[in-house]
Amino acid sequence: MSTHLSIPHGKTVQLGVDRPMRLDCGVDLGPFTLAYETYGSLNADRSNAVLICHALTGDQYVASPNPVTGKPGWWSDLIGPGKIVDTNRYFVICSNVLGGCMGSSGPYEVNPETGEPWGVTFPVITIGDMVRAQTLLVDHLGIETLFAVIGGSMGGMQVLEWCHSYPQRVFCAVPVATSYRHSAQNIAFHEVGRQAVMADPDWHNGDYHRHGTRPQRGLAVARMAAHITYLSEPALQRKFGRRLQDRQSVTYGFDADFQVESYLRYQGSAFVDRFDANSYLYITRAMDYFDLAGANGGVLAHAFRGTATRFCVVSFSSDWLFTTAESRAIVHALNANAANVSFVEVQSDKGHDAFLLDEPEFHQTLTGFLRSAAEQRGLPRGPVAAAV
Amino acid sequence: MNSTTHAGLRIDLQLIADLVEPKARVLDVGCGEGLLLSYLQEFRQVDGRGIELSMAGVREAVGQGLSVIQGDADTDLAAYPPDSFDFVILSKTLQATRNPRGVLENLLRIGRRAIVSFPNFGYWRNRLHLGLHGRMPVTSALSYQWYETPNIHFCTIRDFVVLCQDLGLVIESAFALDGAGHRRDWDVTGGWANLMGADAVFLLRRA
Repeated sequence: MSTHLSIPHGKTVQLGVDRPMRLDCGVDLGPFTLAYETYGSLNADRSNAVLICHALTGDQYVASPNPVTGKPGWWSDLIGPGKIVDTNRYFVICSNVLGGCMGSSGPYEVNPETGEPWGVTFPVITIGDMVRAQTLLVDHLGIETLFAVIGGSMGGMQVLEWCHSYPQRVFCAVPVATSYRHSAQNIAFHEVGRQAVMADPDWHNGDYHRHGTRPQRGLAVARMAAHITYLSEPALQRKFGRRLQDRQSVTYGFDADFQVESYLRYQGSAFVDRFDANSYLYITRAMDYFDLAGANGGVLAHAFRGTATRFCVVSFSSDWLFTTAESRAIVHALNANAANVSFVEVQSDKGHDAFLLDEPEFHQTLTGFLRSAAEQRGLPRGPVAAAV
Repeated sequence: MNSTTHAGLRIDLQLIADLVEPKARVLDVGCGEGLLLSYLQEFRQVDGRGIELSMAGVREAVGQGLSVIQGDADTDLAAYPPDSFDFVILSKTLQATRNPRGVLENLLRIGRRAIVSFPNFGYWRNRLHLGLHGRMPVTSALSYQWYETPNIHFCTIRDFVVLCQDLGLVIESAFALDGAGHRRDWDVTGGWANLMGADAVFLLRRA
């Protein structure tokens, strides 16, 4: 069992160098690092940039193989040359969130002031902080207005935060399988995951790097519990039913008799090879704190006052983690501002995970929405002529 | 009523489209797959939005690049602020709403004008079905049996005129469509239109 994750970095940038970034918790952070990937080229008038925001355990490798797992980019069905988000046409940016563990500043990275990993001395971050950091990256890339900001789940929270805090910088927005605030049930599930991590003796109050350990069992349990919330009852039933794992009958013991147990154990153990436990605590906390209605006097509609952004809100019928009702509340808040909004509930029995899977109705919706938005933005149909 | 115009639009939709001013802000409630909206965007350069109950319709419309949300007239109009649109269109949907009066009030709250079309239950063929055969009308225009119809609030042209009066709405213009789908400029407050009109189209505004 290795005690350190081996995580190669792609592109990185130092931000907050001249002036630290004020976090919501009041701490000034800077300089700090964002790790990011880009695909395609920026056009001459810098109008074709698309920012992709990743989910809780996602990363910047949205359309290229993940160097840790070797798996294809997590949205490579959607993004790439000739695909729905065509990298011949758009300049696609995806950064590892602040607090993440794929090269951006977070508990896993070394605090430059101490030369030691931050661990739980890293300041608690919010979705707002993640987005503020992204604005500095977008500034660094010389982009004033993003053509599109697209993201699912926690990525969708970032999309909404962008539209709330930087409305002039977002031409169109696609919040997918997300909510304007984390529900009590979702906070509850996150708390179970955090308690699992913290109950692991190898966690050492977050100081595990000093002890040469990693709370792998706790993090694996957190992942297993969370993974159930990403699926649906019919999907689990269809995929596993009560089938047994490589055996003819139950063993009257606590081995993984059932396929579903074996599957979850695998999901847990695969996860700990690529994710830092403290990072998991920080990012789940950021999601828990997200409440766009609460931040606007309890009236969600006030979050989008006067917005000129074009929205495409997407939910999935069997998603019980981020329900259609929550997407509909976002739509109503946008309607209250007479905003330009499309809303589709995709029929799928694959639960929350559906946003990452091959869902033709979702893809058809996104294709039409982006095509129309690109026309409005005056983007040429063909491949981009790159800026010098 | 399957005949279409040169632009490929159903005749009743074309007649509605002709009432919409260019470059207007338009909300089409019950927009289906967005036929009227795409026509209005292309030929009238409107800023168009749609609401549609069926997900299949919504997906098709959004896939074409139209701004359409899944929702229904009874519950989803309330969120819009007053005067959000120049025209709100309710085409052959009023009879399927739970609260037609509330819907009509909302149309003219969020829109400066409303265009409402509906099948006329007073049309002679319907009267024939009911009066002579003693059966609920099942015609090519109203093709459902009573037990499966989504059309739960039928009215006649006269009924609708009375409701407009009750709500203090001004009928800017109105016409009937005959059984062949042709526009007939009969007086919609008269008995002839109520007997011979298969459908009616009203352009309304607040007093």
